[in-house]
Amino acid sequence: MTSRRAAAASLPLLLCACQYQTYQSALGDAGVEDRQFLILFWIFFAICAAMYALVIAFLVAAIVRRRRAGNANVVESGRHHESHPLMRTGLVCWTVLVSTGLAALAIASFIADRSMAKAAAREQLSITVTANQWWWDVRYNSSDPSKTLRTANELHLPVGVPVRIQLRSNDVIHSFWVPSLAGKQDLIPGRDTDVTIVPKRTGIFRGQCAEFCGVQHAHMALVVNVVSYGDFVRWWEHQLQPAATPRMPLAQAGYNYVTQRECAMCHTIAGTPASGRVGPDLTHLASRRSLAAGTTPMGKGNLYGWVADPQSMKPGSKMPTVGLEPDELHAVVAYLETLK
Amino acid sequence: MSDAIRRSDLLEGWRRRAGANEAERRAHEEEERRLAELRKKIARDGPKLKGAKLEARLMRSWERPRGIVGWLATVDHKEIGRRYIVTALVFLALGGLLAVLMRLQLSRPDNNLIGAARFNELFTMHGTTMMFLFAVPVMEGVAVYIIPLMLGTRSTAFPRLNAFSYFMYLFGGLLLWGAFALNIAPDVGWFAYTPLSGPQFSPGKRSDIWAQMVTFTEVSALSAAVVLVTTILKCRAPGMTLARMPLFAWAMLVVGVMIIFSMPSVALASSMLISDRLVGTHFFNQWEHGDALLWQHLFWFFGHPEVYIIFLPATGFVSVICETFCRRPVFGYPVVVLALVSTGILAFGLWVHHMFATGLPRVGYSFYTAASMTVAIPTGLQIFCWLATMWDGRPRFQVPMLYVVGFIVTFVIGGLTGVIIASVPLDLQLHDTYFIVAHFHYVLIGGAVFPLLGILTYWFPKITGRMMSEGLGKITFWMIFLGFQLAFFPMHIAGLSGMPRRVYTYPAGLGLELPNLLSSIGGLVVATAVLLFVINGVVSLYRGAVAPDNPWDAASLEWAARSPPPPYNFAHIPVVASRTPLWDEKGELPVVTGLRVDDKEMLTTTVVAATPEMREPLPAASLWPLIAALATAVLFISSIFSPWAVAVGAVPVAIALIAWFWPKEIKREPEPVIT
Amino acid sequence: MSSRFRASCLAAAVLVAVLVACDREERRSRSKPIGENVPAGATPDTIYAGGGPGPALDPRAALYDNNAPAIADGQQLYMRMNCVGCHSHGGGGMGPALMDDEWRYGGRIDQVASTIAEGRPNGMPAWRGRLTDDQIWKLAAYVRTLSGQPSKDSVASRADAMSAGAPQTLTPREPAHTSDSAQQ
Repeated sequence: MTSRRAAAASLPLLLCACQYQTYQSALGDAGVEDRQFLILFWIFFAICAAMYALVIAFLVAAIVRRRRAGNANVVESGRHHESHPLMRTGLVCWTVLVSTGLAALAIASFIADRSMAKAAAREQLSITVTANQWWWDVRYNSSDPSKTLRTANELHLPVGVPVRIQLRSNDVIHSFWVPSLAGKQDLIPGRDTDVTIVPKRTGIFRGQCAEFCGVQHAHMALVVNVVSYGDFVRWWEHQLQPAATPRMPLAQAGYNYVTQRECAMCHTIAGTPASGRVGPDLTHLASRRSLAAGTTPMGKGNLYGWVADPQSMKPGSKMPTVGLEPDELHAVVAYLETLK
Repeated sequence: MSDAIRRSDLLEGWRRRAGANEAERRAHEEEERRLAELRKKIARDGPKLKGAKLEARLMRSWERPRGIVGWLATVDHKEIGRRYIVTALVFLALGGLLAVLMRLQLSRPDNNLIGAARFNELFTMHGTTMMFLFAVPVMEGVAVYIIPLMLGTRSTAFPRLNAFSYFMYLFGGLLLWGAFALNIAPDVGWFAYTPLSGPQFSPGKRSDIWAQMVTFTEVSALSAAVVLVTTILKCRAPGMTLARMPLFAWAMLVVGVMIIFSMPSVALASSMLISDRLVGTHFFNQWEHGDALLWQHLFWFFGHPEVYIIFLPATGFVSVICETFCRRPVFGYPVVVLALVSTGILAFGLWVHHMFATGLPRVGYSFYTAASMTVAIPTGLQIFCWLATMWDGRPRFQVPMLYVVGFIVTFVIGGLTGVIIASVPLDLQLHDTYFIVAHFHYVLIGGAVFPLLGILTYWFPKITGRMMSEGLGKITFWMIFLGFQLAFFPMHIAGLSGMPRRVYTYPAGLGLELPNLLSSIGGLVVATAVLLFVINGVVSLYRGAVAPDNPWDAASLEWAARSPPPPYNFAHIPVVASRTPLWDEKGELPVVTGLRVDDKEMLTTTVVAATPEMREPLPAASLWPLIAALATAVLFISSIFSPWAVAVGAVPVAIALIAWFWPKEIKREPEPVIT
Repeated sequence: MSSRFRASCLAAAVLVAVLVACDREERRSRSKPIGENVPAGATPDTIYAGGGPGPALDPRAALYDNNAPAIADGQQLYMRMNCVGCHSHGGGGMGPALMDDEWRYGGRIDQVASTIAEGRPNGMPAWRGRLTDDQIWKLAAYVRTLSGQPSKDSVASRADAMSAGAPQTLTPREPAHTSDSAQQ
């Protein structure tokens, strides 16, 4: 009976383990903090599994024993007020075992926690992420104000460099979480929190808001691109460039629309008159991997869909359905695609 | 019982001291003669009045009026307990339906069965219904039904308060589900964090309805807790010292005290939220020196004890079932009692573990990690004691015992994942993911629902006089046990694979497809199993085998009453001399006699040693609890819309309460009630 | 007012509030019809030929007026589109006060929407083509709350911001007056 139960319980686990990705997963092991999490997690898992095995062993022993015991301490034999002496020693041993186990786990947890806190003190790069409903406003800080960079929904990080991300919120409580790299931290309006990440390997990772923040909480993701230091510096330099002036007439028509009509009320495109601060910065929109905070991958078709009717992709989001005419739509998308 | 202190003596002494004149003294002697005549006519149970004649007299005094008015006015704890259980099971079914809908939406990535706004309403309603309208009330309901029977007394203390608590619960549930039916359901999650639930980000009245429903259920729970604590401390059978009290009674005592200390916190928080939303206070407005985190502290100060309020009665159920089906009392009675009490106390020191991601000082967090791990020790000891009972006894694996085994296998997993997330570095990855969803369903379903289903099967014969079907019960158990594992184990994987909570959909390619599909299938299996359980109950009600008084040959006092018990529970109040009275008394139980039969009366005893103390008169059936509950409901609901309602609505409530508490005519009683 | 009168007012208010709850709380993610950018009620006149109340209310008004989510969105737009720059939080400055009961161009929701879309002399910019029709109606719904016109159940008591005055849920309801002396 028990072995069937155990098999029934473990089969889903084995099946699930087959589909295993590392770009949005606490098992991704791509950051120093996540590595520390994994070590601690497997320590906890091992000790807890051992405790569970003991409990199940005792349960099995109790079930099996009754088949054989002829002289149990039960009411039928009149000895229901007595107990086997083994139980008393067992109780004491169990208490000692459980207490020691928990104390060991608590100490391990404390040690891991302290080491994470120490890592946080060694930052070399500073980013400020401000969460809005339902997108991420990213600002790379620099001691030189002309090198401060604003982008949205995407982070590029240099591998091996500790980065301290200051976390702020403009509206409700959100949570910044890139599981492959580090644990999460809430962004609470009126408070400044922060998280330190040290990526260990290059790659593309996905994070998601992890505190329920309203109707489109499910579509508030971000992309983290960990690259070599040289690539990171090149990326930063490129991002500092203002948007290129479009050359093709369709893109120019799009430029006119974007800078004179609804788009400029909310969005900023550096180097153009569009300087709205309500929505994400679009200066290098086309260089990003995803659209609408991770809702869909970047691409021509998705751009068309998003600009034409954002409410069908992300109903309830703050970007309105403008109702562009077809030629306006072609022009705007053509222009947005030049914003690399 | 001796006539040691006579109320007439006290009055007489006063009169003498006051210098009564001759006429007054004569009137006083007349009065005494009249009372002496009456005294001879009083009927009490005892050697002169027993058997069928006694039962008939008791029935006349204790039976409530027939018809709809009597049904609404009942103060019989068994009727109220049955109502609680049935209503809670209805809410379980409703909340379960919502869960099935959510699982259907999440069975595939990028599914569009249910939209974002509606899904948010669904998980808010599911969590709120399960936590406020099912889990706590069903435990209260079972306790309200069985505790007087288990303690060998005729009624709970404060029977009208008991009725009031049920009606407040019902009206709170109707408010919430009425809002859902009118399409104004709350959509901010069952714990409604500010500022999302505040006036700016949650427009309209949805969150107000949620907050006020919380107030309803808090008033109901507080009333029920007062009833239970008083009953357990003061209304036990003579000889049932605290050291001989059944473990379920201990559990409900601890739970009652926990409710009294924790519920005010959430009632305060929800009132502050309504105040912010209705009159523009700034409790949660950080720009005016309020704090969004204040909500989390106040809520979780209640929220964490709440889950132990749900779990500890279930441990009481497990103790009851273990005792009966292992044919011996639970091993280590003092250890279990101390475990219950220490869990109840420690539960109040853990709440910040729900806030590990909010950026509070890390060293302070370590304290809550240590406390969260410490609370696992008493629970671990209880598990040992139950397993030792099984090992040292001779377990019979009928349906209730199967649920206990299912409980141990499932709950311990949940408890261990709880130990995992008690660690801050681990929680920072796992918080607000499906790992947490898996954890709390393991501890709530494994730790509370499985024992509940077992205890409903166990006490079904007592409540209804019929046995549930054993075969169907076994099928139900295996379906729900295996279905539960299928539904919730993959959620651990989903959480580790990066799936956050409260998302109405997820993208393909994250490895979440298989865990979610398995969970959805498992959810359907669980729903079917619950349906089977209900079918079993309903069919057994009419066609089940008729149950004798003690079909399981159990040891505690409720099995000395008939199945189902008459309104007065016991013909004579039993006396106990051990923890397992029905096993230790050879032949008939000893009883005390002398309670009146022509009026409703109950014996109260001292707190620790349970020596008889007083005969407590009990109220007759009364509509005032219902009327007071209606008036309070009008007050609460209209205060969602206008602050004036608090002043205006208080008037009918005051009137109802005055009528309710209006004392009986004070006349010289023919006999004293203090012995 | 006697408490009985107030109590019956309360009871009636509760009943009405419950019955119209659907409209008050209905969330719509896009305007109807999609993409139309011309608010109706395009005339700013408050005097109409032959006297009388003026043209019928645009049916879209019912979707936004007294609609709590629309008002909440309008509140956010009011901050983000810098209406406070001229009107501050309703008290006015360079622009006229929005909290009083004088409306040069009409205080009905369609008239306010028209004002926002078309602009007005002496400095009110025209927002048509820069805000969508849906956004303009939402702003109009919010602006009306500054003068206490919509029902109390639809308005938010306060924003999550520094407090700027009495909460709107407590201020008495005021109908709009025209500032045209001929009509007073």
